[in-house]
Amino acid sequence: MVEATTTQVEQSAAKPRPKRGPKGYSLRTLPGFTFVALFTMIVLYAPISILVIFSFNEGDSLAIWEGFSLQWYAKAAANEQVQEAAIRSLYLAFIASTIGTIAATMAALATTRTRRFTGKTMIYALINQPLMVPEIVTAVALLIVFAAIKVATGHNSMIYLIVAHTAFCIPFAYLPIRARLETMDNSLETAARDLYASAWQTFRMVTLPNMWPGIIAGMMLSFVISLDTVVITEFVKSAGQDTLPTYMLGQLRRVVTPEVNAISTVILFSGAILVALFFRLTQRKG
Amino acid sequence: MADTHAYRSGELEQEAELADTRQRWLLSLPAVVIIMLFAAGPLLVMVVYSFLTPGDFGNVKWEFSLDGWKNTLVQRDIFDDTLMWADAHLSIFWRSFSLSVITTVLTLIFGLPTAWFIATQPPGRREIWLFLVTVPFWSNLLVRTIAIQELIRNEGVINLVLLKIGIITEPIQMMFTDFAIAFGMTYVYLPLMVLPIYAAIEKLDFRLVEAAHDLYASRMAAFWQVILPLIKPGIIAGSILVFIPSLGAYVTPRVLGGGKNLMFGNLIELQFGAGRNWPLGAALSLMLMAAVMVALIYYVRVTSREKADG
Amino acid sequence: MKHLTLTASALALCASGAMAQELNIYNWGNYTNPDLITKFEEETGIKVTITDYDSNDTALAKVKAGGHGFDIVVPSHSYIPIWIGEGLLLETRPDEMENFSNVADEWVDVSWDPGRHYTVPWQWGTTGVVVNTKYYDGDINTSSIFLDPPEELVGKINVVPEMGDVMTLAILYHGGEPCTGDKDVLRKVRDTLVDAKEKWLGMDYGNLEKFAKEDLWAGVNWNGSTFRMRLQNENIAYGYPKEGFVLWMDSVAVLADAQNVDEAKAFQNFVMDPENAALISEFARYANGINGSEPFMPADMKTAPEIVIPDELKAAGHFTETCAPEVQELYTRSWTDLQK
Repeated sequence: MVEATTTQVEQSAAKPRPKRGPKGYSLRTLPGFTFVALFTMIVLYAPISILVIFSFNEGDSLAIWEGFSLQWYAKAAANEQVQEAAIRSLYLAFIASTIGTIAATMAALATTRTRRFTGKTMIYALINQPLMVPEIVTAVALLIVFAAIKVATGHNSMIYLIVAHTAFCIPFAYLPIRARLETMDNSLETAARDLYASAWQTFRMVTLPNMWPGIIAGMMLSFVISLDTVVITEFVKSAGQDTLPTYMLGQLRRVVTPEVNAISTVILFSGAILVALFFRLTQRKG
Repeated sequence: MADTHAYRSGELEQEAELADTRQRWLLSLPAVVIIMLFAAGPLLVMVVYSFLTPGDFGNVKWEFSLDGWKNTLVQRDIFDDTLMWADAHLSIFWRSFSLSVITTVLTLIFGLPTAWFIATQPPGRREIWLFLVTVPFWSNLLVRTIAIQELIRNEGVINLVLLKIGIITEPIQMMFTDFAIAFGMTYVYLPLMVLPIYAAIEKLDFRLVEAAHDLYASRMAAFWQVILPLIKPGIIAGSILVFIPSLGAYVTPRVLGGGKNLMFGNLIELQFGAGRNWPLGAALSLMLMAAVMVALIYYVRVTSREKADG
Repeated sequence: MKHLTLTASALALCASGAMAQELNIYNWGNYTNPDLITKFEEETGIKVTITDYDSNDTALAKVKAGGHGFDIVVPSHSYIPIWIGEGLLLETRPDEMENFSNVADEWVDVSWDPGRHYTVPWQWGTTGVVVNTKYYDGDINTSSIFLDPPEELVGKINVVPEMGDVMTLAILYHGGEPCTGDKDVLRKVRDTLVDAKEKWLGMDYGNLEKFAKEDLWAGVNWNGSTFRMRLQNENIAYGYPKEGFVLWMDSVAVLADAQNVDEAKAFQNFVMDPENAALISEFARYANGINGSEPFMPADMKTAPEIVIPDELKAAGHFTETCAPEVQELYTRSWTDLQK
């Protein structure tokens, strides 16, 4: 590790603005990184822009532009099946990612920054297990287990989908949170404990705020993962429980119309507004 | 007296350790229970099925058979019944494996700068950028993939723009090529690389970087020797999140690459579908899972030892 | 943390709340006309839910496992003997229902449901070849379009990855019978497919845009899908391979463990009405099997070459069948070899 003189470190810590290094450039930029990042963002949004544009297509192709029209939005507004599927997807993703992130946070706290304890590796392997098999396998296994339960109990609600998605989401939340934790050392927590803070207080006022970006990253990731989980949903769903991806899967062999573009655009924009609101609210956390 | 003292404090330490372990287990319990019940547990069904006989029309017959496992590696030639290596399975696996490696590398190349850029934004703007990276993924995979087609096909946006500017005179064939697959996969798996790395960079103590500069390190030297080791956990997490799930990917490769060749995910799906060979499907996926599990555990052991030593 | 507690109830959408009369349909995706359902709901007061599937095997696996909550399923003909054999369908005797007289004669006594004791026709179609005539002006009514492609089309061909349909077309091309276990024929089939594959560009679904925009010029495809392609690109034509092309039919059946049997039977009867059958056809653009629906059909379907099989080629149509497990395994292995 690099050693530094205390005075220099103190001086730089006191300054609020990004410091200019000895060669006069901002230390926070690395050569080429900003260019690659912006290029990536543009490329990321290029297909999305096409998607949004074609949702206004006069014709019914996703490729041949025939003029501007709101017909697909009208069709989507009238299509109950697709609306219900979309809302169901969002609802499912929200619940699964919330519960999954909470469970993943607790597990990450338990298994990171620690000495080796009995079962630590096993827990790590278990938590990452859903990543390791192709979805079809988990899907069929869940079908069999849940079907037996459904037959035995006669209960057919969304709970099966919720637990299936939650389990699937956990590793996607766990890994970013764990990555975050691994970059935090224990010193702040030890300092808090030295000042007689209880374990809970330490967690709430020291660890959690520091972990927060990792938790956010984990939750966002598991949210989008759940939104796109099609195979597991296909096999676990019961009557009337189509989600947007399973609805679209069915369309694949027939025809895909810009109606799904319209729905996707609506979801994109609602998501944008929702999350923007969320961040406005959490601004106080800083 | 000294002996008893040492003995007792050793005991106390042990008790404290046990209490700590118990506490950690309790914390992990929700995640462990959920996954045991709804992901790993049901897989036991697959383990059982891998030892049964395929049913006539899908599903299984409750008769013990090792064929499922045997057929993953060794099969009889369809026409002359000679025993031979299941080279189809191996070549298909190799294809998926290579694609996963390429995808991981590409997402790293493009994802690391992106994560860096986002994490070095002022707080407040940072979250907006982060969420801008994930918003495209709120749209459906299929719709996104079709939109990507629109970008890269011969009459698509990229070719049209390049033709107009005059850089090229003929459209570049991008659809149905390996480039298209790599592009599509990188696109799909990008957030899985960006978000964990972001989480690691965001915490970076830039004073250490400044200290390096004060000692006349160039920016890139500082990057390789100071920054990279510090954000390694993020890179590892991202790589795991991209590599492992992409082993089973097949929709994107098929839509953009043409689908003439099976990926490992389709091979398994085929067994549960028209192939009507659930035991083989179960055996193939359990083998995959075992291989990945072993690699992961090996990795964890190695890094734990590193931490203990360093 | 309080920000995370968005009122879940505001977003909650439960599938609970049992209404007086319900019907749960399990059908192919994008295959049920919403207008048909609205009409059914208005006429009978029964509330309908539709859940999608994308493959016969998925549907079979899900229903067989149990606890699904569906009343109606619409399987393809080659699977119906499996459904019946496994006891998954209710013998509702559509042949004794009110509207049964409307069913066209050729669809009454079908090999997979003789006399129609279980199922009611929904839609039927063919699998053949599609060609963009701008690039090829030879005979398109032949499987050699994809099995032995003409020069002009090499490298621009797509074959839908439907194992059953493609294998059957190739077997018929070599003079075999569907579901044959004849190893000589199958060897030729496999070799032909493997050689032809070099000249193909892709093996995928969802090709409407690719054909319309001429990324692809020929291939294997279903008739209704080709019809839609033609509406977007008039050079596209559908061919009925004279060596043998595939006929298929999807039929409506009631599940043995259905909760809403009376409602399901009412739906089966409803679907046999000519006006309703026309609604079904209008949506997915395939023919139905009900007499008297022509006046209600959209004009472009009445004469479309994709819907109306030319008389001289009618005899070449074969229904695929449920193959015996050993044969199915041979096909799966060949298919895997093809795509390895």
